[in-house]
Amino acid sequence: MNSKSGYNRLFDPMAETGQALDFSQHGLGQKTVGNPFSVKAKMSVRNLNVYYDDKQAIHDVSLDINRNEVMAMIGPSGCGKSTFLRCLNRMNDTIENCNVNGEVTLDEQDIYHKKQDVVPLRARVGIVFQKPNPFPKSIYENVAYGPKVHGLVSRRAQLDEIVEDSLRKASLWDEVKDRLFSPGTGLSGGQQQRLCIARTIAVSPEVILMDEPCSALDPIATARIEELMAELSQNFTIAIVTHSMQQAARVSSRTAYFHMGRLIEVNDTRRVFTNPEHELTEAYITGRFG
Amino acid sequence: MKTPTLIILTLLCAAGAYILVRNRASDIAYRAGKKPALHSLPYYYGMLSALWCALPCLLIVFVWTVLDDYAVHAAIVNLLPESVQALPASEIDLVVNTVINLALYPNALLSSSTPDYLIQAGQDYLRWQQLSQLSLTVVVLVSLFLAFSLCWARIKPKVKARQQVERIFQWALLLCASIAILTTIGIVLSVLFESLRFFQSVSFFEFIFGTHWSPQTALRIDQVGASGAFGAVPLFVGTLLISFIAMLIAVPVGLMSAIYLSEYATPQLRAIVKPMLEILAGIPSVVYGFFAALTVAPFIRQSGGFLGLEVSSESALAAGLVMGVMIIPFVSSLSDDVLKAVPQSLRDGSLGLGATQSETIKRVVIPAALPGIVSGVLLAASRAIGETMIVVMAAGLAAHLTVNPLESVTTITVQIVTLLVGDQEFDSPKTLSAFALGLMLFTVTLALNYVALYVVRQYREEYE
Ligand SMILES: Nc1ncnc2c1ncn2[C@@H]1O[C@H](COP(=O)(O)OP(=O)(O)O)[C@@H](O)[C@H]1O
Ligand SMILES: [Mg+2]
Repeated sequence: MNSKSGYNRLFDPMAETGQALDFSQHGLGQKTVGNPFSVKAKMSVRNLNVYYDDKQAIHDVSLDINRNEVMAMIGPSGCGKSTFLRCLNRMNDTIENCNVNGEVTLDEQDIYHKKQDVVPLRARVGIVFQKPNPFPKSIYENVAYGPKVHGLVSRRAQLDEIVEDSLRKASLWDEVKDRLFSPGTGLSGGQQQRLCIARTIAVSPEVILMDEPCSALDPIATARIEELMAELSQNFTIAIVTHSMQQAARVSSRTAYFHMGRLIEVNDTRRVFTNPEHELTEAYITGRFG
Repeated sequence: MKTPTLIILTLLCAAGAYILVRNRASDIAYRAGKKPALHSLPYYYGMLSALWCALPCLLIVFVWTVLDDYAVHAAIVNLLPESVQALPASEIDLVVNTVINLALYPNALLSSSTPDYLIQAGQDYLRWQQLSQLSLTVVVLVSLFLAFSLCWARIKPKVKARQQVERIFQWALLLCASIAILTTIGIVLSVLFESLRFFQSVSFFEFIFGTHWSPQTALRIDQVGASGAFGAVPLFVGTLLISFIAMLIAVPVGLMSAIYLSEYATPQLRAIVKPMLEILAGIPSVVYGFFAALTVAPFIRQSGGFLGLEVSSESALAAGLVMGVMIIPFVSSLSDDVLKAVPQSLRDGSLGLGATQSETIKRVVIPAALPGIVSGVLLAASRAIGETMIVVMAAGLAAHLTVNPLESVTTITVQIVTLLVGDQEFDSPKTLSAFALGLMLFTVTLALNYVALYVVRQYREEYE
């Protein structure tokens, strides 16, 4: 009985994290290994600490995200991936008890600067959530929402153009062009998620954040979104949180491994999955904790 | 034994049966010390026997008591002389009552002039009653005994006590549910039939389209203005006017406070304001009523005076304003609920696109919550239309056909109250018209509630 539960702790990915391996004995608190920094960073994060009330969720994380790369963030659930991602476009501002300190820059501008307005920031750094969340409006209105809010267009024809263009980029156009005015909530899950991506693209952001965008989708819909990410990375910088290591391996060029609020390792994706530098990374990718 | 004693005895026996049978069942069940030998847990057998003891006996007592009255009545009538039996039914009832009273309180009522046959009938009545009580006691005791021994014998593995108990409870629940439904149906039918009686003397179209309302009917045939006028349009207009004013206050204020509470207020502030709104909802409408009549109405009259306006002291405005205040918490708490029910992910989606909070509220949250808000408003409207106390105290009694909020109007509810307060001749059109008004009120509020529920259902379908 006892030995079995010990076994489960080690190999069951659903088992509680951080139990099998005690972080303090494994170099926690040391610097991130690999190469988190780069010279042509689109966004860079320095010494980021995030607290929910008194509980610290992110410990001193520094990381650069390159222009036009797909950066994957992996790690056991609850390790702070979403929290970190949401810092990149200040979505954490909407959470009352969340406190952020540290520096996050976008093209060398501090986005947490007192004078930084979040409205243009979020237009430049868009976000796609875990669960597809189309507005209960028509497909057209969903995509047109951002451009309207930001006053990007003055004429209907321009708006039509943006809507079509965004839907094409999200490879959804062919499926919905005949029913642009039916509700977005009537689409399938995968289509809804692509609609949300189109909605984000419509305000022409520079960076797209994706928080487990495929976790609510079936394998076929997932494959389509992954294809889409490869295309999008030509025009956008993408940071994606995923719980699927295969997905990270397929879509990303660099991978960051988080553990209990700390950034353990950042390396080229191939390196992370074939020859990880840190023993925790290795433990995670070999499935010793989920 | 007297009936109350019998009932208590029955209940005691049921409790006793429960304990005895349960103990016996658990003896049987766990005797072997291995797997339980009975189908159900022991207390189900106890419960089953308690129900079998109590329910039939209580039913017998109930039916017996009801029938007893009729039987006694018939028996007494039989004992009376033929001359009395020939009287009309209502007078026979009187005589029977006298007989019973004489028998029960001989010292107070008997006098030398009391006819012999009444005394004789009284004696017979007493004897008859004793007999009936005695036989009831016997029947109840026998059936208690039968039920108990039957259940005792049926503590067996193959008796499915749990299923039976659960079926009995299911029936009991169904019974309670049907009481609510049957009462509603009964009320509706009674209002409907009385209204039909009213429409026999006043034509339906005159009632619906007539513009003159003065329901006084003649006391004497030859009186002037003998027939009342039953054109209900002024009442409809008055009701709608006051409700409209109320909604004009309640909808914007209620909606905006709901938006503030659900979207902007900090949890601490919310914790204070929400209960206060609920207190506002708990103030009895009679308090609002005298507030309207004694404070608001004179104030409006005076302010009107300053502006050189002629304001009636029972203006529709005063009643409507106060009614609006009364309905605010209704609108705001319903809207708050539906706004809160809009998934956070929608707000995140909008904020993540760079919309501000107010844009998010305007363009995403409210449209998503709109069906719920609309149905809340409809429910509030149906409350406003049916509200009585405030208008009784603050609105007028005389029916004027006007849409000027500074004049006095009257409402359907006020008229129903005034028609039925005091001594009334039950089948005069004046009294019956209250039923017709009630029917109208009922129809309108029912329709509003139905539409509201329908809208809510549509809304749910869209979200899940
Ligand atoms: N709104 C919140 N309030 C308090 N604690 C939170 C909140 N959101 C997340 N957390 C905590 O912060 C930690 C990191 O959460 P999260 O970033 O969602 O992890 P991940 O996305 O990696 O699963 C977790 O321990 C979680 O419990
Ligand atoms: Mg997450």
